[in-house]
Amino acid sequence: MLTDLTIAQAQTGLRAKQFTAEELTEAHLRGIGTLNPRLNAFLTVTAEQAREQAKAADAAIAKGDIRPLTGIPLAIKDLFCTKGVRTTAASMILSPFVPPYESTVTANLLRDGAVFVGKTNLDEFAMGSSNMSSAFGPVENPWKRRQDQNAVLVPGGSSGGSAAAVSARLAMGATGTDTGGSIRQPASFCGLVGVKPSYGRCSRWGVVAFASSLDHPGPFARTVQDSAILLRSMASHDPKDSTSADRSVPDYEAACKRGVKGLRIGVPREYRVDGMPAEIEALWEQGVQWLRDAGAEIVDVSLPHTKYGLATYYIVAPAEASSNLARYDGVRFGQRQDGGDLTEMYSNTRAAGFGAEVRRRIMIGTYVLSAGYYDAYYLRAQKVRALILRDFHEAFQKVDALITPTTPSAAFAQGEKMDDPVQMYLNDLFTVGANLAGVPATSVPAGLDSNGLPLGLQIIGKPFDEETVFAVSAEIERAAGFTALPQIRAGA
Amino acid sequence: MALDPTTIRRIATLSRIRVEDDQLAPLAQELNGILGWIEQLNEVNVDGVEPLTGGAQMAMKMRDDVVTDGGYAEDILANAPDRNGAFFAVPKVVE
Amino acid sequence: MAYAIEGATGPWEVVVGLEVHAQVISESKLFSGSSAAFGAEPNTHVSFIDAGFPGMLPVINRACVAQAVRTGLGLNAEIHKVSRFDRKNYFYADMPQGYQISQFEHPIVGTGIVEVELSDGSVKRIGVTRLHLEQDAGKSLHDQHPTKTFVDLNRSGVPLMEIVSEPDIRSPEEAGAYLRKLRSILRYLGTCDGNMEEGSMRADVNVSVRKAGEPYRTRCEVKNVNSIRFVMQAIEAEAARQVEVWESGGEVKQETRLFDPNRGVTRSMRSKEDAHDYRYFPEPDLLPLVLEQNWIDALKAALPELPDAKKARFRSEYGLTAYDAAVLVAEKATADFFEAVAKGRDPKIAANWVTGDFFAALNRTGKTIETSPVSAANLGALLDLMANNTINGRIAKDVFEAMVETGKDPAEIVEEKGLKQVTDTGAIDAAVDAIIAANADKVAEYRSGKDKLFGFFVGQTMKAMGGKGNPALINETLKRRLS
Ligand SMILES: [Mg+2]
Ligand SMILES: [Zn+2]
Repeated sequence: MLTDLTIAQAQTGLRAKQFTAEELTEAHLRGIGTLNPRLNAFLTVTAEQAREQAKAADAAIAKGDIRPLTGIPLAIKDLFCTKGVRTTAASMILSPFVPPYESTVTANLLRDGAVFVGKTNLDEFAMGSSNMSSAFGPVENPWKRRQDQNAVLVPGGSSGGSAAAVSARLAMGATGTDTGGSIRQPASFCGLVGVKPSYGRCSRWGVVAFASSLDHPGPFARTVQDSAILLRSMASHDPKDSTSADRSVPDYEAACKRGVKGLRIGVPREYRVDGMPAEIEALWEQGVQWLRDAGAEIVDVSLPHTKYGLATYYIVAPAEASSNLARYDGVRFGQRQDGGDLTEMYSNTRAAGFGAEVRRRIMIGTYVLSAGYYDAYYLRAQKVRALILRDFHEAFQKVDALITPTTPSAAFAQGEKMDDPVQMYLNDLFTVGANLAGVPATSVPAGLDSNGLPLGLQIIGKPFDEETVFAVSAEIERAAGFTALPQIRAGA
Repeated sequence: MALDPTTIRRIATLSRIRVEDDQLAPLAQELNGILGWIEQLNEVNVDGVEPLTGGAQMAMKMRDDVVTDGGYAEDILANAPDRNGAFFAVPKVVE
Repeated sequence: MAYAIEGATGPWEVVVGLEVHAQVISESKLFSGSSAAFGAEPNTHVSFIDAGFPGMLPVINRACVAQAVRTGLGLNAEIHKVSRFDRKNYFYADMPQGYQISQFEHPIVGTGIVEVELSDGSVKRIGVTRLHLEQDAGKSLHDQHPTKTFVDLNRSGVPLMEIVSEPDIRSPEEAGAYLRKLRSILRYLGTCDGNMEEGSMRADVNVSVRKAGEPYRTRCEVKNVNSIRFVMQAIEAEAARQVEVWESGGEVKQETRLFDPNRGVTRSMRSKEDAHDYRYFPEPDLLPLVLEQNWIDALKAALPELPDAKKARFRSEYGLTAYDAAVLVAEKATADFFEAVAKGRDPKIAANWVTGDFFAALNRTGKTIETSPVSAANLGALLDLMANNTINGRIAKDVFEAMVETGKDPAEIVEEKGLKQVTDTGAIDAAVDAIIAANADKVAEYRSGKDKLFGFFVGQTMKAMGGKGNPALINETLKRRLS
């Protein structure tokens, strides 16, 4: 099956002319045609564009002009603006929007020869951990509970469509964005590798903003090596993004082969939270053992402000979002609802255009920034954020990387955890810290729970030291030998 | 710092999100749930801590003063829900 | 005598602070690469950044930062080596992002001082609280359509310096003098063209009134006043309104108002009513602005001579009065013109001509220094013709008028019109003799002690000589013949 190949394998096959880029793309488009009506992973399928790009890739291969992603079919989270292709952020308010520009990350991928098969579903404006808040309906996780085949599971969020697409073999890799865990949590739920690089590593230019100081574009793939290949293409110093880091992009693929011998790996004790399922605790212990066996030194470390990460996140992110989403006012783009005067037009447009979770976060964000509450909420959160950064900084004086579980649970079913927003927010318990501190982190599939659902382990590294994170992730991948497959997948 | 319906009304107005009167109370309850949970941050001793404003720890680069952009009014206006010639159009504003 | 509003309960002091928005002179916008030039077709000088499109990010313009630093140095203000941008959140049709990127807590420039000359000759120091960089909004047109407002985003993102004064201003005159001085400094620096008609300089006027010795009372902000004259009128109108409110037992409420120059009154601004909570927070799309001391030093070293320094030099170097020096340095072009005229000549005569006949001619003809028909070289040449006795002062006035009309050089005019001064003593003797002979009665009166008649004889002689007689020689000859 062409759709079962990894990116690395597909590169080899394309070079060796074992198959063409057009064949590879058609195989994925067929999968999308069959499975997307059920999974709802794609909001827009760009079949014609993909065929043209594949044709161009074949022409390039024939000329010997082979770039890192020539002919590789990828899925793009519908938060990345793509020139001439509708970009919705899974929101009604942006539903008619066609950007006249291409985001830097997707432009980098196109430069390297990638084929874009479509735009993937997400939680509205990337606000969520289940993909239930999309204005265009939820995404189904391609994995099934062994004991309960009827339950429809969520793929996680917010990059749920991207995760489902790569997991179900509808694309070989995908872009995502991670603001509080939105790449790593769905990667864990869907048995994928997800990478949130350092803040500033991938440009945010052309990515619909949720929370500017926390948004991190990054890749999904089925192997650590594939994710390294994708990140190397996506990353760049972008003068159009003032927060983009002016650093050269290392060869991450090479870093995957380094091994962990001599590395010091920290196990943060505060991640051992009450009520964590025993099988997740066991998997974490197993991961630590794998690294020890591979020659790493295991060090007990403390990140004392871990438990405050989520609350900090749920002040900072909504505050920034309330401001970032002010531009959706029905004046220059998107969907407008008329009103008697300008203010009424705004209020009608935004009430009708935003879903409940987005409205809730805008209002929380507005409140924590408002006169009289700023110091108590926003300023305090920024100070706690500084303490969280300090925790990581101090831990990284002692260790080269950290290992933790990615999520406190495996994928849950649609409708579960929906009554109480705070219950849903707990999904990001282990992941938000890396966003607040801007440090790189991955989720690597490491095992299955008793229901046969994938579980990930999280590797967190020093700022801009993605190479060590890849080295450790690759070691986990080797040791875990994760070969389980989702029940719903192309060609299955 | 519990939110009452009056505060919800003010926040909704500041946010430019229409909220029906009968939604004020349920919304207040929902937001209070979140805010109550957030208030755990009050436990943290933040004395003398400099607030961290952003994700990047570096100084800002500046660009040269050269005209490199603009000049595509049609692209700017193409997505507009309402326009009049080369202008965006909105309901009339009385200053 | 201090300015005051006379109310029924006695005099009220007026307290004014000004927030001046000055458009920074630059090629491109503060955070985008689109043109900052005025007067383009609607929505053409607009990038996706200026229009607040999804995913667009600001990148700061180095030249605008330099202009703010230079202006800060020109205002004798402290330059903050670390400053920061904040978002000021509010909704308006011409504010595409839904927030203005400004500097709230940590502005680039701190406190400074502006010295202004007042009409009574006194000098007043007005404090500058701060100067910060921010982006302008677009433009709403409310009168183009019966039910719609039109929006043009050309101005969106144009760089502004907001220069905030302390509430040190106590009269319309002081406000006018402060604005003129500020504009003069900005123009010297080349950081803002000061053109209030095109909106490149506008003022928000904060006005309150109080009884002598009281703490400040509530102030109102009169927004976006676009001429110095209107600022002065707005202060007067707003202060009078507030006095009336207080005296009638009411309470002035803090609000934003607009000045209506046609009716000479201020009125409450409806659209800003609920915009009180701006929810400022640090702009997460930008990093702290950190300036190197070397860079600031280099900007400082390259600053031009500013009005105060130039004024001091004009006084010491040319011996000008404080008044003349102040008038001449107000505009850099005027000062340069004066210096070209004065070079190698009597500076006081040069100053008299520039501030007198020359300014009057510009006023009368509606010209400026830049478009003046009389060049500095030609005015200097005219002064030379007087100094070397080619013409006398009276003829010089005629020659000057001809220069204003024709733009020709004065020697040519004197030649063409035969205006050379007569210094031939024979001709002067003859003219004097003829006048004495024709006015025997007046001569007798003069000789009997009516000294005042001497002027009459001078006038008659000059008239007989067509104005071209050398006045000194005429005097001398008359004195001799009449004694
Ligand atoms: Mg103001
Ligand atoms: Zn301002």
